[in-house]
Amino acid sequence: MNKQKQRLVVIGNGMAGIRTLEELLKMSPDEFEITVFGAELQPNYNRILLSPVLSGEMKFQDTVLNDWSWYQENNITLHVGKTVNKIDRFRCQVETEDGMVVPYDRLLIATGSNPIMLPIPGMNLPGVLAYRSIDDVEKMLAAARTGKRAVVIGGGLLGLEAANGLSLQGMEVSVVHLCDWPMERQLDKVGGGLLKEALEKRGLKFYLSRQTEAILGDDKVSGLRFADGEEIEADLLVMAAGIRPNIALAKSAGIHCERGIVVSDTMQTFDPKIYSVGECVQHRGQTYGLVAPLFEQAKVAANHLARYGRMRYEGSSVSTKLKVTGIDLFSAGDFNPGPGDEELLLQDSARGVYKKLVLRDNKLRGAVLYGETMDGPWYFQLMRDGTDITEMREHILFGQMHLGDSGRGGVSSVANMPDTAEICGCNGVCKGTIVSAIIDKKLFTLEEVRAHTKASASCGSCTGLVEAILANTLGGDYSAKSSKKAICACTESAHQDMPQAIRDLGVKNIPDLMRALQWKTPDGCHVCRPALNYYLMTAWPGEYQDDSRSRFINERVHANIQKDGTYSVIPRIWGGVTSPAELRAIAEIAERHEVPTVHITGGQRIGLYGITKENLPKMWGELVEAGFVSGHAYGKSLRTVKTCVGSEWCRFGTQDSTGLGIKVEKLTWGSWTPHKFKIAVSGCPRNCAEATIKDFGIVCVDSGYEIHVGGNGGIKVRVTDFLCKVETEEQVMEYCGAFMQLYREQAHYLDRTAHWIERVGLAYVKQYIVDDAAGRVELYARFLESQRYSQDDPWKERAEGKDAHEFAALAVIE
Amino acid sequence: MNWIQVGNLQDIPRQGSRVVKTAAGEIALFRSVDDQVFALNNRCPHKGGQLSQGIVHGTRVTCPMHNWVIDLESGEAIAPDKGCAHRHEVRVAHGVLFLEVRTEV
Repeated sequence: MNKQKQRLVVIGNGMAGIRTLEELLKMSPDEFEITVFGAELQPNYNRILLSPVLSGEMKFQDTVLNDWSWYQENNITLHVGKTVNKIDRFRCQVETEDGMVVPYDRLLIATGSNPIMLPIPGMNLPGVLAYRSIDDVEKMLAAARTGKRAVVIGGGLLGLEAANGLSLQGMEVSVVHLCDWPMERQLDKVGGGLLKEALEKRGLKFYLSRQTEAILGDDKVSGLRFADGEEIEADLLVMAAGIRPNIALAKSAGIHCERGIVVSDTMQTFDPKIYSVGECVQHRGQTYGLVAPLFEQAKVAANHLARYGRMRYEGSSVSTKLKVTGIDLFSAGDFNPGPGDEELLLQDSARGVYKKLVLRDNKLRGAVLYGETMDGPWYFQLMRDGTDITEMREHILFGQMHLGDSGRGGVSSVANMPDTAEICGCNGVCKGTIVSAIIDKKLFTLEEVRAHTKASASCGSCTGLVEAILANTLGGDYSAKSSKKAICACTESAHQDMPQAIRDLGVKNIPDLMRALQWKTPDGCHVCRPALNYYLMTAWPGEYQDDSRSRFINERVHANIQKDGTYSVIPRIWGGVTSPAELRAIAEIAERHEVPTVHITGGQRIGLYGITKENLPKMWGELVEAGFVSGHAYGKSLRTVKTCVGSEWCRFGTQDSTGLGIKVEKLTWGSWTPHKFKIAVSGCPRNCAEATIKDFGIVCVDSGYEIHVGGNGGIKVRVTDFLCKVETEEQVMEYCGAFMQLYREQAHYLDRTAHWIERVGLAYVKQYIVDDAAGRVELYARFLESQRYSQDDPWKERAEGKDAHEFAALAVIE
Repeated sequence: MNWIQVGNLQDIPRQGSRVVKTAAGEIALFRSVDDQVFALNNRCPHKGGQLSQGIVHGTRVTCPMHNWVIDLESGEAIAPDKGCAHRHEVRVAHGVLFLEVRTEV
């Protein structure tokens, strides 16, 4: 090592400090010589899991996140059981109680928090414990072996988990709480009442609205006395009245502190050489006691320590879940309605279900769920995305499932699912497998669960369930992905940043864009490259050179790959109308090429299956000869326009749905969209073309045309939302083009219209397409402009020799 | 064991792949963005997907079937997935590609 490395000292060996190191090592493994001080004697463990250790559901070893060897492998000097008692900011060094001095170039303070010990007489008696460290848990377990009665002071999240654990260890447990109901910071009165009832059934006793005057006992605790004079007995007393940021050390070094150590958006304290993360930190006036925000902070701090200097921490919204097995509750946001707020309530006492949603300006501000919490992550997402929920208001309380979901058998609570319940139908992953992976492999995020179990890694329809299982297993410490999420591990940039960034930077190819946005990999990955290719194409129609190497195979070779490596060929059948001549041509071609399967598709076309790659250009040439063009059945693009026979034949038909379908297909074919796009035209409200489960559906009525948007069949059936009614075919075309263009410009790559509309709300789409006539005309004009460059038949080009290398072997060795 | 000339470097697009058919099955040749060339069996260790059809990024390829990511240098799947799409020796000399073909499988 020639270069003198910078020295990084970390005070605190807990989850936030070590997570920061993990993130830092990922980005820049050789930047620092690292020293860690930990006051506790253990390696870094998962404090969240103390409750399961106390209740006997887990062992301490299972909670260790980084064992001793991890520190060694990463050349980290670890001092456990050593307390740093001085930071000398002038000499840039820290000093420990026993006189050790370590210099630093950068310092990270991650001292966490201390339990609040109420100043009650008798506080210092043996048998009075806090609930904070593994040490506390071991003492509690020891006390539970000999003692009978336990009292927990504090009916918050931590207090109830402690009480439940002690009760499972066979103790008689009483909970003393100042407020009228438990968990008042997470639950309203009704929810708190339900929780209290459920816990009472499990044997806990509550003393609510009670103040403790003294802890009784001579040489050890024997009970406590309330302010009103009543006394109760106790062999063990646990203080769980809350936590307080541990700022003493920082304060003594003259670092600016209020309730916590004040940090900027870059997680720097008042002294720019000193960073701080975790529960000890106060950011924009907030302190956090849950893991998810700490991890976000860790990421930002690491980014700056590694001198990338790109990320900012902008605060977290948090949701809470109680880790008491069998009790389902969830809360998020501001659930106490203020002036002008609205409340939506559902209460079913017999089923033990209570839901409250708080709205302001048609947006979700807070939620309390009790008994049925499956939809918690969904509400949380709507909250953070600021989705306008006007259109789903009627049934939002019944959950997302009510808005259309199939194949879940009506199960609404993951807590009640047996371990054998199949969660991910694509990959056959059961609940038990996911839960044990989360615990054994110490997973915290959806991405990690996907990588390890494959659950939700294919079609994604079970994502909500997997998130619910994560929330259920990790409790308050899981937070769903933040609404602004990096595209993939190659970058910190999010989908929603792309269109703006591309315009501002003026870049016109993928390598330049990656360089400008400081991609971490040389040429991206299979996730980000197709996305960037899409955004660039949308930004510069006609000018951007499509990068075929960044296209998924189906779009690269204009055919769908099948499981055996052969392909399917599906020619376009305009509006689903064909002719004997066309059918004869297809039949002859199929016969000539000995096509193993000829299949009628769901989109009113004919699919030829089992075509070898070498054979594709030849077959396309013959189809082109017979007058066909590609059906784009392989693309994130317009697929089909499905129609019924309409007024031409049907006695109920009100308009020429077939003719209109053909016009719309001629208008839109060849267009690229964030995901596949399907259209249908039905000739009357009987809707034989199933227009109300298409991305864009037209239902003809006597007086004109109803336009419906955002539907899809498939994994998760979603019925369209009614957009508006128009009078002429020309208007239908204009609305269709404008809607496709808005979707193309604003949705994230791989969003179906349904996902996009559920995120932004129908009201938003209406504003652009219906209310703003001039804006609609502009959108339509941009759509037509991009269509000028995309209606070349890719099959014809390839039959004539384009990309020949894609279809032929390099060599054949006998 | 012998080296067989199978084509030129420029026959494989950057970030792309071409297939060499042999009696023992298909071998996929990959060319990374910085012109390194690798050769693996054209079968994903997961369910046999054709790796040659995947997206090449860095020195990895993503199988088009179920998105397993395979390391081109070793042929091993990237953790937590496990499996190997055995590698073959390939050399580039003055822009000409030579593949070592094993006589036994």
